[in-house]
Amino acid sequence: MSAPAERRIIFKHIDEEGYSNDIACYQKHGGYEILKKAVTQKPEDLRDEVKKSGLRGRGGAGFSCGLKWSFVDRKSGKPIYLVVNADESEPGTFKDRYIIHQDPHQLIEGTMISCFANDVKQAYIYIRGEFPEGARILEQAIQEARDAGLVGKNICGTEYSCDIFVHRGAGAYICGEETGLIESLEGKRANPRIKPPYFPAVLGLYQCPTIVNNVETLCHVKHILDMGADEYLKIGTPNNTGTRIFCVSGHVQKPGYYEYACGEVTMGQLLNDVCGGPLPGRTFKAVIPGGSSAKILRFGEKFTIKNKDGTTKEWAVEDIPLDFDSLAAAGTMGGSGGVIVMDDSVNMVEALANINAFYAHESCGQCTPCREGSLWMKKISSRMVKGEAREEDGELIKNVADQIAGRTICAFGEACSWPTQSFVAKFGDEFKSYKDDKNSKSSDSLELV
Amino acid sequence: MNLKPETLTRIDEVITHYPEKRSGTLPLLHLIQEDVGHISNEAIEWIAEKLELEPINVYEVVTFYPMFRREPIGKRHIKVCRTLSCALAGGYRTCAKFESEFNTHLGEVSPDGEVTVEFVECLASCGTAPVVLIDETLHENVDEAKAKEISDAIKAESLKS
Repeated sequence: MSAPAERRIIFKHIDEEGYSNDIACYQKHGGYEILKKAVTQKPEDLRDEVKKSGLRGRGGAGFSCGLKWSFVDRKSGKPIYLVVNADESEPGTFKDRYIIHQDPHQLIEGTMISCFANDVKQAYIYIRGEFPEGARILEQAIQEARDAGLVGKNICGTEYSCDIFVHRGAGAYICGEETGLIESLEGKRANPRIKPPYFPAVLGLYQCPTIVNNVETLCHVKHILDMGADEYLKIGTPNNTGTRIFCVSGHVQKPGYYEYACGEVTMGQLLNDVCGGPLPGRTFKAVIPGGSSAKILRFGEKFTIKNKDGTTKEWAVEDIPLDFDSLAAAGTMGGSGGVIVMDDSVNMVEALANINAFYAHESCGQCTPCREGSLWMKKISSRMVKGEAREEDGELIKNVADQIAGRTICAFGEACSWPTQSFVAKFGDEFKSYKDDKNSKSSDSLELV
Repeated sequence: MNLKPETLTRIDEVITHYPEKRSGTLPLLHLIQEDVGHISNEAIEWIAEKLELEPINVYEVVTFYPMFRREPIGKRHIKVCRTLSCALAGGYRTCAKFESEFNTHLGEVSPDGEVTVEFVECLASCGTAPVVLIDETLHENVDEAKAKEISDAIKAESLKS
């Protein structure tokens, strides 16, 4: 079964010949018309529309955007802030980069509509430090929009005013966690805050109600109000509405970004038909479906899935429809949409050692289980790779992981332990035999650590 | 602190973006690092005074974020992505190539003072792995051959100047 055609909504103009990132080009393509219409409507009506659309956050957690907005404390009398999470740093994810570089006004329009819908007077775009060019492009685009009366004072000639500033991070993954991001925006170390009481919707930036949304999520808001929630609901499947951008990297013929309605393609279609299948002479071994913290899937494993009517069905990895709920049913997650593919040349101990080095580097160090655990997972997997593997190391490392998840302030605890837990659960044999077969490791001796 | 006039102008402007001065910490660190090249003790004290903070408040930020550095680096900063997708595409070899081309080790200034080569975590361009960020420019699909080309270009440029 070949894959259907892409359905590009967010990425409609990405890589389009002649499309530039200035405001003239954006407006020539109908840009800012939705914002102009939105500011004549009631904010609560816009919020209802977004809630009705079923939009789920595209940053990783897949939480309902409408619900997130509904938690905002609107009675405190304090200003409400909106922060755009452009910290894109989950390994395997590279979608927001293209929106920022090639279509920044789409993000600005989505942001301004969301600000108006939530009575926000000041927004910040928190962009990761490694996007210096992206930050300049956004600043330029915001200035163009300001000059055109679309950002800043008296937007579109109305009483409504709201400005946007760009704030650059400085290389810390944890700033993608919303409360860590807020701390960073306040000028501190990005140590995530404990919830309760520090739910951003109530006690966020400067202890004021704050909304933190991913870049792609805010772009969706624009399209929801363009087509209306009823039309948007028709894209995708129930509870998994709209399109998703899949960022495919690793061992496929055609890595890149592909936008499809949620659940419209299966993992098999995406990797084989869309991405051209494995490299010559290789076979797929494993895939991480939603950024490096998502649990790995092993080609050849089967999943028994319950249907709504109580019957069951069996899925292979290739059969899993790519939407939030199906991936969750298969024991992993859609996360940020970063799909990392590994073929039979990869030794899983080495791949895990690479991932563990990342998380040990990025733990903020605030909670003991995560600070110590992520480091020990790295130390053990690195020791294995350096020629001192023991048969029981798989169990040992899993044991460390089991003591992190659920015992930390933020979800980094889960993010750093899920790879170890799932790699050992699914490739336990490779961990056991690594001490004996390390000389016959990766077929082309690709170094991963 | 001996900062360029335009840096000072930008510093005063950026502080107005926030209702609380402390939020200016990261922007000021970026601006000063871009101007001077690294963050000295003097810079930490200068920022603290400017933002009405204690030096420790700035120091703890400098030591938390990987992009801020306490020592000068080479003229060009070569950051090779180390994370999984790039490693699967040969990122470690790319990195080794830059090291050997400039006769240097990770994190050190090369003997000719031209570059500092560093391994960094995910640069969010996994579809065009391996990727390398040189100063503010992203280079994509950098295999060993392309790493050699880039290195040659940097060397040729330094001979000209």
